[in-house]
Amino acid sequence: MLISKDLIKKHGLKTDEFSKIVKLIGREPNLLELGIFSAMWNEHCSYKSSKKYLKKLPTKNKSVIQGPGENAGVIDIGDNDAIIFKIESHNHPSFIEPYQGAATGVGGILRDVFTMGARPIATLNSIHFGSPEHPKTKNLLNGVVSGIGGYGNCMGIPNAGGEVKFNSCFNENNLVNAMAVGHVNKNKIFYSKAKGVNQLVVYVGSKTGRDGIHGASMASAEFDENSEDKKPTVQVGDPFTEKLLLEACLELMKGDSIISIQDMGAAGLTSSSVEMASKGNLGIEIDLDKVPCREEQMTPYEMMLSESQERMLIIIKNGDEKNAEKIFKKWDLDFSIIGKTTNTKNLDLYFHGSKVANLPITSLSTDVPIYDRKWKKTPLPKKEKNLVNYKKLKILDSLKKILSSPNNSSKEWVWEQYDNTVMGDTVQKNGGDASVIRIHGKNKGIALTVDSSSHYCFAYPQFGGMQVVCEAWRNLVSVGARPLAITNCLNFGNPEKEIVMGQFVECLNGISDACTYLDFPIVSGNVSFYNETNNKSIEPTPTIGGVGVILNLNNMVSQSLKSINSLVLVIGKTNGHMHQSELFREVCNINSGPPPEINLFNEKNNGLILLKLIEKKLIKAAHDVSSGGIILALTEMCLLGDIGAKIKINSNNLSNIEYLFAEDQSRYLVEIDEKDQKATFNILKENDIFYEMIAETKKESLDFDKEFSINLKDLKKINTDWFTKYNEIK
Amino acid sequence: MKISAIVTLKNEVLDPQGKVVKQTLKNMGYSNISDVRQGKFFEIHIKEKDPIKGRKLAEQVCKKLLSNTVIEDYKIKVDE
Amino acid sequence: MNSSVIVFPGSNCDRDIAVALEKFKIKNKMVWHNETNLPKSDLVVLPGGFSYGDYLRTGCIAGKSKIINDVIKHAKKGGLLLGICNGFQILTEASLLPGILLRNKKLKFISKDVFIKVLNFKNSFCSNYKDKNIIKIPIAHNEGNFFANNNLLDRLEDKNLIAFKYCDIKGDINELSNPNGSSKNIAGIFNENKNILGMMPHPERSIDPFLSSEDGSLIFKSLLK
Repeated sequence: MLISKDLIKKHGLKTDEFSKIVKLIGREPNLLELGIFSAMWNEHCSYKSSKKYLKKLPTKNKSVIQGPGENAGVIDIGDNDAIIFKIESHNHPSFIEPYQGAATGVGGILRDVFTMGARPIATLNSIHFGSPEHPKTKNLLNGVVSGIGGYGNCMGIPNAGGEVKFNSCFNENNLVNAMAVGHVNKNKIFYSKAKGVNQLVVYVGSKTGRDGIHGASMASAEFDENSEDKKPTVQVGDPFTEKLLLEACLELMKGDSIISIQDMGAAGLTSSSVEMASKGNLGIEIDLDKVPCREEQMTPYEMMLSESQERMLIIIKNGDEKNAEKIFKKWDLDFSIIGKTTNTKNLDLYFHGSKVANLPITSLSTDVPIYDRKWKKTPLPKKEKNLVNYKKLKILDSLKKILSSPNNSSKEWVWEQYDNTVMGDTVQKNGGDASVIRIHGKNKGIALTVDSSSHYCFAYPQFGGMQVVCEAWRNLVSVGARPLAITNCLNFGNPEKEIVMGQFVECLNGISDACTYLDFPIVSGNVSFYNETNNKSIEPTPTIGGVGVILNLNNMVSQSLKSINSLVLVIGKTNGHMHQSELFREVCNINSGPPPEINLFNEKNNGLILLKLIEKKLIKAAHDVSSGGIILALTEMCLLGDIGAKIKINSNNLSNIEYLFAEDQSRYLVEIDEKDQKATFNILKENDIFYEMIAETKKESLDFDKEFSINLKDLKKINTDWFTKYNEIK
Repeated sequence: MKISAIVTLKNEVLDPQGKVVKQTLKNMGYSNISDVRQGKFFEIHIKEKDPIKGRKLAEQVCKKLLSNTVIEDYKIKVDE
Repeated sequence: MNSSVIVFPGSNCDRDIAVALEKFKIKNKMVWHNETNLPKSDLVVLPGGFSYGDYLRTGCIAGKSKIINDVIKHAKKGGLLLGICNGFQILTEASLLPGILLRNKKLKFISKDVFIKVLNFKNSFCSNYKDKNIIKIPIAHNEGNFFANNNLLDRLEDKNLIAFKYCDIKGDINELSNPNGSSKNIAGIFNENKNILGMMPHPERSIDPFLSSEDGSLIFKSLLK
């Protein structure tokens, strides 16, 4: 069969890429081989536009066991405990079929974690939708939330929170980023690198159907009005089967019969077999007649490119297959020996007795083209001058407006749909700065957070990228955890556009600087480009998932105020940065100007000293000051603890509205006992930390001088009403 | 008029529920059952007398809300 | 005391309940759904989760599994049987308890801490709640809306077979404190002999000071008596 230009284009390949393929294999590929190339060479699997920059990211420190390149990253948290985690996007499928798209996103990321031998102990997610008024938003929100819940709840893995955001730039491209976290004995980690010739290649899990064919290529294409055509590529998730697969895999992993294991995610059987062979510098031979199929008369092309869910590829030691089969049969799962490893360094596929594909593994892995795309810098926006009117705003009215806005309203409506107490180790639930999950049977825990900030990143990508990392760091510190490492999900528009590529490059620079300075390496992640519809790209949205450790859970803190008559301090200096703030956006309708800049020295110093205060038991509650400024942070502390506060501002050269709503970075609010004042101040002074008193706690209301006093019940209602009303069934 | 609509997953789409029901029936001894697919049934009451217009409306409702044509098919029957 | 926890494909609170039982010194065995013989047990627990993916109707397929015959025998002989969440749904599907659990009124999964009032102390499960009858406990379910016709509701009330009702922090039982639309705010019921208890809330998730509540502990302490 001759490969036409049209066929090449349909496979998402450029003509010069096709020429390179012909050169690499010395002939024209057949249709099956073309399909395999398209799966391996697309942006989603190959990282061809991003690789150059990803290489520069800091990925190592003393707690990192495995950085990027495996199914997920692994960090050491002491006593032989390791944490395996990763975040991944499922944006395109979720836009087309929100429930199934989100569900299979959760399913896929969970497999990445248990493939490596870990029992998943938490999931998180960062989901972004268009403006609430947009006709598609409500359905997408409902579908995505039910899909995440449907899958995670059934698996019995607690949801440790995340974020839900609205921004009109996501009207036609919503984001669904799912993160999974697992726990494993650090001596029992499984990798995907194949070892040894003539070892058995085993297929386990669900049967292969015609679903999701070319899902990975879809994730690398932009949408247009005809996206309907791309519809058949959405898969249906079956969390029940995944639960069985999880238990069966963990049962097999107790022994030592697995040489290597890889889940079949994007580009299914193709990418899993190629990756295993490539890492082991081996070849692989597969007899496609042995692949368990759900439908009749499936072709090799369909089998190799299907993205049916809940499947794994395992290389098993010769002789151990009987025992392995017994385990998978017990759990009612398919188990089939479909091939073996070879020393040819080729991917050889057989069907009905004849060879149907024969490709060098390197042509699908190391020889994938890498692009050095052109990029353009986003200029640093200027601060608008002569903005005086905002200083006259009433504080309480502004607070109410922000507190009831879609982005700042309580997300209880969402969290309540996710099981967050299953497994009995959720010691701090979602809704705070970070969730805390106890390591089963021990007195230590891990703190988890996901953060993003599309507005900051769009305004000035470098500051934005840096800010997201610092925000994650701060959220972990706020619960008393030592931040250890992050995973990132980089959501951007079309990288073939210089401005988008520039956003990517500069966000990554910011991320890299912050990670390096804070010793907060990146151990896993993914890149999602082409979040674009009709030529309109989303705002750059790198999502950061952070993990920290609390070695003694007795030292954990939370953001809820604990008692009346205690003091609330601001740690870190308030300079009055108003641009890109919630006050400007939600109240004044000003979207211009630069995001706040970060001084990494202060960031690190403030965080580490706060940890010291926490470890000395001087801190009763802590909360990082982020969007909305001091006043929003204080309100959240009040609402969660059901304790009021009386705000007192020390004299400074800012107006009250600036002081309370500014979004300067590297700040925390902390509650301390009056008797601990001296000890706390001494430590802060010794370490040159800037701090100020901001409030005294009291019963049931938030007060500010003579300007206002509002009951917490009213504030709570303002904070929860929007979401409830938005989703009410009338 | 009353219109019934049945929405089922497309044949080529995995139906996890149908799969489990089939397996259970087999375990219960119903060995002749080769496949089960599960779906949803809707009864739609329409203020319309013309069956052609009624069917058209029902088609629209099925396409826009009751089914997601990415993964589901629907069948419509005009009852009365 | 000996217990058996039945594990169905899709159970996901089996480990949690085993941890709780062992914490309170109850000797536990895990029993796979496909087995035909129940080990000698004073207590059998049907754990929470999504047995068979909750497909068709929640609890329905598990109610037809092999081990259930022996579980029924155990209960008929007066052995203790506790069904939590999905376990409660299985008990109703297997006709060991009356009524049925429908989808939550608002059609959404609900995961949160609620308050329940303990209404009956004269049984093996709840005697320790005598001094603390309003307790905080998590729920996490999609089908927890207990439904029964009026005859059955009257019978449950008359014979004092309602174990728990959803209430607020003060113990008031009203519509606002009903999270899922259950008839009469019912959160758990007994059979007539009170050796079978089905409940939607999760006592095994509220057994230590680091969790949001410890009130579930008292069920296990009561069982030990």
